[in-house]
Amino acid sequence: MSHSEVFNLSSIAPEVRIAIRNLNFYYGRFHALKNVTMDIQTNKVTAFIGPSGCGKSTLLRTFNRLHELYPSNRTTGQILLDGKNVLDRREDPTLLRARVGMVFQKPTPFPMSIYENIAFGVRLYEKLTSVEMDERVEWALSKAALWPEVKDKLRQSGNGLSGGQQQRLCIARCIAIKPEVILLDEPCSALDPISTAHIEELVHDLKSDYTVVMVTHNMQQAARVSDYTAYMYLGELIEFDETDQIFTKPNQKATEDYITGKFG
Amino acid sequence: MRYTTPEIRRIYRRRQLANRFHLLMSLCGMGFGLFWLTWILWTLISNGFEALSWSLLTHPTPAPGGEGGLANAILGSIMMSGLATLIGTPVGVLAGTYLAEYGRRGWLAPITRFINDILLSAPSIVLGLFIYTVYVARFHHFSGIAGALSLSLIVIPVVVRTTDDMLRLVPDSLREAAIALGAPRWKMVVMVAYRAAKSGIATGVLLAVARISGETAPLLFTALNNQFTTWNINEPMANLPVVIFQFAMSPYDDWHRLAWGGAILVTFSVLAINVLARLLFRQKSS
Repeated sequence: MSHSEVFNLSSIAPEVRIAIRNLNFYYGRFHALKNVTMDIQTNKVTAFIGPSGCGKSTLLRTFNRLHELYPSNRTTGQILLDGKNVLDRREDPTLLRARVGMVFQKPTPFPMSIYENIAFGVRLYEKLTSVEMDERVEWALSKAALWPEVKDKLRQSGNGLSGGQQQRLCIARCIAIKPEVILLDEPCSALDPISTAHIEELVHDLKSDYTVVMVTHNMQQAARVSDYTAYMYLGELIEFDETDQIFTKPNQKATEDYITGKFG
Repeated sequence: MRYTTPEIRRIYRRRQLANRFHLLMSLCGMGFGLFWLTWILWTLISNGFEALSWSLLTHPTPAPGGEGGLANAILGSIMMSGLATLIGTPVGVLAGTYLAEYGRRGWLAPITRFINDILLSAPSIVLGLFIYTVYVARFHHFSGIAGALSLSLIVIPVVVRTTDDMLRLVPDSLREAAIALGAPRWKMVVMVAYRAAKSGIATGVLLAVARISGETAPLLFTALNNQFTTWNINEPMANLPVVIFQFAMSPYDDWHRLAWGGAILVTFSVLAINVLARLLFRQKSS
């Protein structure tokens, strides 16, 4: 272990789940994240806000190394999950993704039954008996507040559900493999207001068991559901604080301009 | 009303005229195409209908003047098309998978795709000559397997192309979702991408079957023909297109009748496969 990692470990408070240290991100030559350093707290909801293209989704996608699918993407710096650098190329990204789940902007049910959508992820990591699997599927769907609506049609295609139900199915799929961190990339931007309210309630319930990080375009949503808010602009982390602080008396003029709608 | 000035009405009138003109032209184009198609079908049915009978399906090809059917040719066509599909489908699907899933970067996939497109439009007689040179000439006899090989060379590019196209229609967000769950890439392809694209890929395979069931040229130098029914793929094998060709060129009336019967069989089985392919694709996309 190198000297800098030891230093980082000792400087991280115990309630921090993800510690980002001097993270830079490049899409080819484009410098998309500039020296981002922040601590994400355990069992809290952290929201990333900022105008389109500011790098908030990019930042989120480095937490589970999804950016590695596209080889022109490059990072420097560290993301420490419980003190270990997840960007370390020697680590297996699969195991990281078991601990850090993700839900996307557009609902992405797999072309299979509702039951299989949940079981697919679980089978990647565990060998369960069919009874155990049934229990796990029910548990995950209940946790995602979807069980009552789908319990009689588990064998039907996940594509037959409404947009909001599909998104909750994706959340259930993510929970089913029992991650520690859940990343939500604008989870409500394709949903109607009622489905959005469902998901927000769900996010609120999830934080007792998980660390939630969400990207949102909707400032009211960030204010409603998050404990911490990060305002990003042009790849830089402008301000990061408790949500109340950010929305009532931000330290930076730029943050204030953005949340009051003067800009963005 | 500012939308009813004379000038605007003039513009609107011109657009209506242009619309009618183009509508008329496209209707004419459609009518022209349909006219020939109907004529072909009409000729086929009026000449071949009397040849349709049970003995067409149960008796092998006769000597001139004798009684017979096309049983050996039908069996040979089914066997060779089936074998060609069995050879061509896995190769085509695997290659198409490489192009769409693994070859997104670098030079190999674009070049392969380009060469595949050339193969797709290669004259089938060239493919027949190729198999003749590398297989028939080397082993010194015509055979069903050689026929199937040359047909599989037609199947492969069609299946490669459709697999590639259909997989590329699968949204990347679905791939990312599977990867984000921690699925290894091959599992993502097999469990998610294939499932999303399966009816499209199956349609491609069916269209390839339809395409080869009427091919004559590649079989002329490879399977040749056989007067008798055979199950042995190492022997020359009768098949509908070559029998149609030979019987139609012959001077015998009963052979002509059989050729028309065979032509009807081929046409309507191709039609049936096409309808099936469409149904399959529609079922999925609805």
